[in-house]
Amino acid sequence: MDIKVLGTGCSSCQTLERRVREAVEQTGSDASVEKIEDMQQIMQYNVMSMPALVVNDEVQVVGQTPSVNELADLLGA
Amino acid sequence: MLESFADWLVFGLAGLPSEAHWGDAVHFFVYETMKIGLLLVLVTHLMGLINAYLPVQRVREWIASGRLRGSEHLVASGFGAVTPFCSCSSIPLFIGFLQGGIPLGVTLSFLITSPLVNEVALALFIGLFGWQVTLIYAASGILLGTVLGWALGKFRLGRFVEDWVWDIAEGRAEQAESTQKSLWERLPSVSREAMGIVTDIAPYVLAGLAIGAGIHGYVPTGFFEQYLSGGNPLAVPLSVVLAVPMYANASGILPVVQALVAKGVPLGTAIAFMMAVVGLSLPEAMMLKKAMQTRLLATFFGAVGVSIIGLGYLFNLVL
Repeated sequence: MDIKVLGTGCSSCQTLERRVREAVEQTGSDASVEKIEDMQQIMQYNVMSMPALVVNDEVQVVGQTPSVNELADLLGA
Repeated sequence: MLESFADWLVFGLAGLPSEAHWGDAVHFFVYETMKIGLLLVLVTHLMGLINAYLPVQRVREWIASGRLRGSEHLVASGFGAVTPFCSCSSIPLFIGFLQGGIPLGVTLSFLITSPLVNEVALALFIGLFGWQVTLIYAASGILLGTVLGWALGKFRLGRFVEDWVWDIAEGRAEQAESTQKSLWERLPSVSREAMGIVTDIAPYVLAGLAIGAGIHGYVPTGFFEQYLSGGNPLAVPLSVVLAVPMYANASGILPVVQALVAKGVPLGTAIAFMMAVVGLSLPEAMMLKKAMQTRLLATFFGAVGVSIIGLGYLFNLVL
């Protein structure tokens, strides 16, 4: 599984990245987590608010920071 | 009710003398912290709920459709007021609007109002200055975005937007709309986001209130009138310039500003200062620099800055 966290330096973007990493650890999956901060790259995904979560090139979360458990559900499915 | 609770807590329970400076300062701090804390929790929840149900995609289509007959600027500006503001969202929204075929001037209307009128500023204004001043602040912020976006739209500024933005904008792809959930399913996440905002800014607000409390307790009433009264013509532009580097502590500055107003700083100068703190922020400029060429960025910030100074003078005259 290929996970990308889209976001710049703002606090909720950092929160999302931290929770995603925790959730991946919890589910014990071998997913790769990558943080994308470059605006041009971010805009390729057509998201209008930050932070966003992209799983296998599909936008799953926009402008929200779900809890670790919710993320674990999302990533486990 | 909160006030009498604070009275009881500070003067009754803790037994502080109400006639002493520090007793006064502690009372101010306790009362304002409770009141503003409550307001922050309420307003962030309310805005969170509005946003959970606000169909960004449809608003964008509605503005782009041309059916608004000239009120696009007002709608975009109002939309900017209800969306939460985070400097990291400014470029995605900027591009998202252009992508939907919305003219640059209308997009700028949104971009001006979005940081100016935000949930945290509104909660703090209600708590510190009351409903009337809050309404004046919000209405003038929305008006500023409407008029300036319209005026900037008259110039052909599109050529100063970076090429890669137009390249993406021409793609016009659809954005995934969030799934529809019921209010009860949404409430926990809305609440969590709202409390996240409140805890993020809490240290700044508390520090600001502590400084404000000190000013309330120790600085004599009317102290600033001799320096910053309406009689000093440079007070408004000076406070706007001073405001630019203060964005990071925006929520901590308002309580201090309120204390200054209580001691004689004119309200118009204070409102202009606050607008400049949130509306002319360096982090936002850094983000926008990636999508706008320097000329557009300078025009944009220059126009907003000058208008805020104008509003400050106007408020000092009429309020």
